[in-house]
Amino acid sequence: MTTEAGSETEVKENAEEKSAARLDQSKKATEKTQEVVEEGEAEKEKEGKGITRYLPTWFKKQKSQSQTSPTKEDPPTEEPVSKVNQEEAHVPEVNGHAEEVEEKEQVKEKESESHSNASADTEPAGEEKVEESAQKSLESTEETQEVAEKEEDKKEVEKDRRQGQTSIFQSPLRLVRKNKMKLVVCHVTLLDGSDFTCEVEKRAKGLFLFFKVCEHLNLLEKDYFGLTYKDHHEQKCWLDPTKEIKRQIRSNNWQFAFNVKFYPPDPSLLSEDITRYLLCLQLREDVASGRLPCSFVTHALLGSYTLQAEIGDYEPDQPRPLDYINQLTFAPNQSKEMEEKILELHKSHKGMTPAQADCQFLENAKKLSMYGVDLHHAKDCEGVDIMLGVCANGLLVYKDRLRINRFAWPKILKISYKRNNFYIKIRPGETEQFESTVGFKLQNHRSAKRLWKVCVENHSFFRLNAPEQPPKARFLTLGSKFRYSGRTQNQTRMASTLIDRPAPAFERTSSKRISRSLDGAPMISITDTSREAENGHEPHLELHSDSKSPGRVRGDNIYVRHSKLMLEDHDKTQDEVLKHQASVSELKRSFMEASPPSPPQLNLWEKHLTSSPATATRVQQQTVVLEEEAAGTADNCDAKEPSKTTEVEIEETVVVQEISKAAKPAEALQTWEGQVQGGAGLEKKRESISSESESDEEAEYHPNVSLSIRHAQIPEEKEEEEEEQERKELSASSSPVEFNQAAAAVEDEGKDCAEEEKKEVGAEEPMKTPDKAPNGMTPHEEVMCVTTEEEELPKVNGEDSVVEARSQVICCSEPPVVKTEMVTISDTFAAQKSEIATKEVPIVHTETKTITYEAAQLDGSGDGEPGVLMTAQTITSESLCTTTTTHITKTLKGGLSETRIEKRIVITGDCDIDHDQALAQAIKEAKEQHPDMSVTRVVVHKETELAEEDD
Amino acid sequence: MAAGLMAGFGHYTHAIVRGIPASLASEALRSIQAEVDVTKARREHDAYVHALRTTLGLQVVELPADETMPDCVFVEDAAVVCGDTALITRPGAESRRRETEAMKAALKELNLNVVEMTDESATLDGGDVLFTGREFFVGLSKRTNQRGAEILADAFKDYAVSTVPVMEGLHLKSFCSMGGPGLIIIGSSEPAQKALKIMQQMSDHRYDKLTVPDDLAANCIYMNLSNKGHVLLHCTPEEFPESAKMFEKLKDHMLIPLSNMEKVKVDGALTCCSVLLNKKADN
Repeated sequence: MTTEAGSETEVKENAEEKSAARLDQSKKATEKTQEVVEEGEAEKEKEGKGITRYLPTWFKKQKSQSQTSPTKEDPPTEEPVSKVNQEEAHVPEVNGHAEEVEEKEQVKEKESESHSNASADTEPAGEEKVEESAQKSLESTEETQEVAEKEEDKKEVEKDRRQGQTSIFQSPLRLVRKNKMKLVVCHVTLLDGSDFTCEVEKRAKGLFLFFKVCEHLNLLEKDYFGLTYKDHHEQKCWLDPTKEIKRQIRSNNWQFAFNVKFYPPDPSLLSEDITRYLLCLQLREDVASGRLPCSFVTHALLGSYTLQAEIGDYEPDQPRPLDYINQLTFAPNQSKEMEEKILELHKSHKGMTPAQADCQFLENAKKLSMYGVDLHHAKDCEGVDIMLGVCANGLLVYKDRLRINRFAWPKILKISYKRNNFYIKIRPGETEQFESTVGFKLQNHRSAKRLWKVCVENHSFFRLNAPEQPPKARFLTLGSKFRYSGRTQNQTRMASTLIDRPAPAFERTSSKRISRSLDGAPMISITDTSREAENGHEPHLELHSDSKSPGRVRGDNIYVRHSKLMLEDHDKTQDEVLKHQASVSELKRSFMEASPPSPPQLNLWEKHLTSSPATATRVQQQTVVLEEEAAGTADNCDAKEPSKTTEVEIEETVVVQEISKAAKPAEALQTWEGQVQGGAGLEKKRESISSESESDEEAEYHPNVSLSIRHAQIPEEKEEEEEEQERKELSASSSPVEFNQAAAAVEDEGKDCAEEEKKEVGAEEPMKTPDKAPNGMTPHEEVMCVTTEEEELPKVNGEDSVVEARSQVICCSEPPVVKTEMVTISDTFAAQKSEIATKEVPIVHTETKTITYEAAQLDGSGDGEPGVLMTAQTITSESLCTTTTTHITKTLKGGLSETRIEKRIVITGDCDIDHDQALAQAIKEAKEQHPDMSVTRVVVHKETELAEEDD
Repeated sequence: MAAGLMAGFGHYTHAIVRGIPASLASEALRSIQAEVDVTKARREHDAYVHALRTTLGLQVVELPADETMPDCVFVEDAAVVCGDTALITRPGAESRRRETEAMKAALKELNLNVVEMTDESATLDGGDVLFTGREFFVGLSKRTNQRGAEILADAFKDYAVSTVPVMEGLHLKSFCSMGGPGLIIIGSSEPAQKALKIMQQMSDHRYDKLTVPDDLAANCIYMNLSNKGHVLLHCTPEEFPESAKMFEKLKDHMLIPLSNMEKVKVDGALTCCSVLLNKKADN
């Protein structure tokens, strides 16, 4: 979908050659083919020569747009994907290959002309035909193609296609392997009920198809949307963009639907009318099908806005609109009475533009209690049927229509599933000492997994500033690596501010899905001018006004509240503060790595920026680049629009996750560019290591432990109780101002000086005994690491090279531990009754292996002189499913101080991973983090759960 | 143009009230034994109706008292009105079921879309229903059960309906009520605070709270009237001196203290004695 300048020319050449060929071919072609081809030809002639001929019309539109068209936007989203993707290595090959092909192509031109004509030509023609009229049946095209594929020399065909596609759809093609280039036809049902048909390579990833659809729709704010398919059991599933389509759909049924995946809580914050229009279409369907229940009056109101948007002002002279209104579906049980009410209300909307009507529609729909709630059938422990609803704010529990419980994201520590059980671990309330786990039974493990995935994605999208990095790129991550891979709401909002195109013209197609009876009715096509006129200002202005919207203001309030909380709490949580102060290594790491999921530093930084417009501009430019380089770098986007994000930014700072981040700005300023680029390229961000065993069997996800903003992000939702709890947790990580300064100071002095770093820590935190340290840890952490019982990797991060006297044995070879988990099966009134604790002892078959690597030098320096222990501390930090325990000891020996860092990292996941490579990576990272320290010992303790074959 | 969804919390034009039968003194249900002076009770009630009609300018529909229904003055329990939909309840106390008849007629008269709770297994007292403007909380009490709450949720589909167990007191609104948009007035007893916690946990919205020392004083009537602004009818300083002081914090509110000393003896609170509704021309 993206055109690279270089490859474009290639294509052009070929296109010209081919076009010559085509003229011949069209004469010779079979009847069927000819029909199609001619149609294509006709179209092509209108559109001129060269490459355009090969492009479907939607693509041409893109091309003519300004820089920020989706074409430019693609790479960021894609980058992480392709990184994760092991096939990444193929990318250059693909390109290289394309060139080769080109040469051959020229030689073989005649050949292909004579015998690969049908396939070579019908394909583009077919695509255009689709474009021209989505409603037309494409069977003929497909047929032709199939025939072609069978009859023609397959290799030729494939080369042809590959070439065309490699250049045209440069970036998504990365997702496609080079050797198998079989094409399949995908049918995508769009929100207006029409069908979009396109071809993708058989091994294409979900993202490729999704991008194709978005381009077809001319949609830029695509992160709210997704593609669904039906699995074997007729269950609707989200197509994972990072995975091959073929592997997901299973039944070889390439039928998809384009749907809203994340319902924006405030649609007025969307940048483009076209996005709102699509959201409206989805909601109309949701309402009409009863998925989004609403009252009679609301049905009527929403229906009236639909009429206004689709047919414009009520015209008294028109033939009684009741004639067609009863063919439209507005509600599951639509009565005459309702239709009359709709018409009555429709009259009152006179003068409203379609875009305004859509806005009104959304303003009302968003208030409905089930707006954006994704319901899943489940049972509580007593076998009572309930529904679990996943939404922007958290997890809702319904019995019949009644809400019987609610778990806001900040209350949830961990989300996991095991077989057909779905568990959420709840942060303890103020009066409780321990977190509890609430379990639900789902129909089967498939539904448990689906629910889990939806939770992970919703949490990431709505609560995180940037998605967690999928674990694959890290070391030793096992398990299915499911994580939300797209942009978060924050990121997508930021990205939206970059949209700089005239409002695209789009046709409101009178909801084909609702009824086709309106086809004869006047179409309302919103043009740029009309849109601007109706809004009274240009899109950019709109963005600014966004920033003043009430939502933002609320955010501001939150900030104030939280900063208070933070200050209040400062004294109480010294332990936790200290703990975080001590996590210097992490701090350092984050300095060294431009870690995408680290919004706050940028935000702090933003403060500087706002005062200096010049810098701001620079950043803005930078941001664009970054956007293309790494999707994960949400923070970059943040910088883009200071005015808009000011409040949010502050919130984040207040919420304070990891100190390390907060401290980063100083350096960020200096090495911004290199840092980010390097970071993006190198993938060093270890803090986001996540192991999420998505092994079909079970998986977990820790929503609250990772590093991004989350708590303050959804202001309305602050609950008192929660706040207090949050406060506890947050203050742990917040260790307010002083430490940040300290950290910054360290950074200024010299980031690579590990020694220095540690002194700083010492100073900050006078005496901390190891015994005390655990207090600073959150209790659940330990449990977590072992429960997934798959793999452990202890890692020595680095040791002081100056003095190497005492060898500390870093040994993590514990016996395999099977932790029991406290499981509280929720009952219908989980919020209200005391919980019933049950114990579940998972039976786990494990295999244990311990390998020790030691640096030779270490032996010599052995345990010779003990030295004086100055400080010792243990820090446990937890990110997602990885637990890092850092033990720092400082000893004083003969005037030299020695600092030793032991790191123990527990990674969980399932088994297809190259351990050696991962280990090497881990060591490399350690070295990079502490360049002046040396790794003296590495102990790998591997515990593998023996595979249980289960789907 | 039609008002948007969930706009205009506290906007009322009409009130339905009902007279006090003499049988109230001896036969009305009560949780604590107490002597009730019907004359005093009637005087209180007159003041109440006067405030609604004269002070606040609402259209007051007065249903006649029925001697066979000693509790009939507490009209709130018989119907839940939200927007232009009225749910006729099935009161938890058997002796009170017939109270709904007159209420239903009155609401139909006012052209509301009347929904009835016919399910024999369902019970619901309006006193257990707290409408916050954005959602409903339904107290599960001696008088209200799960099924009743479900039917309410069905009647008001736009809104989230969450259930809250009522551990002590008669109704959910025996210790709480709305004091403004997003403001919950709550008693300070432990059960009241617990219930508040649950409500906060269950809600996607954020509520401020005003805690008053006496649970009963937490039952107030909030209105937002076009010519008066925020209005709060609350207890008198004579009844609850400490709690009454708390309301003075509400600077923007027009405060109207109303005595409720007699009716409270039969578990009647301020909200119990009226059903408020908004009948605009366009509804």
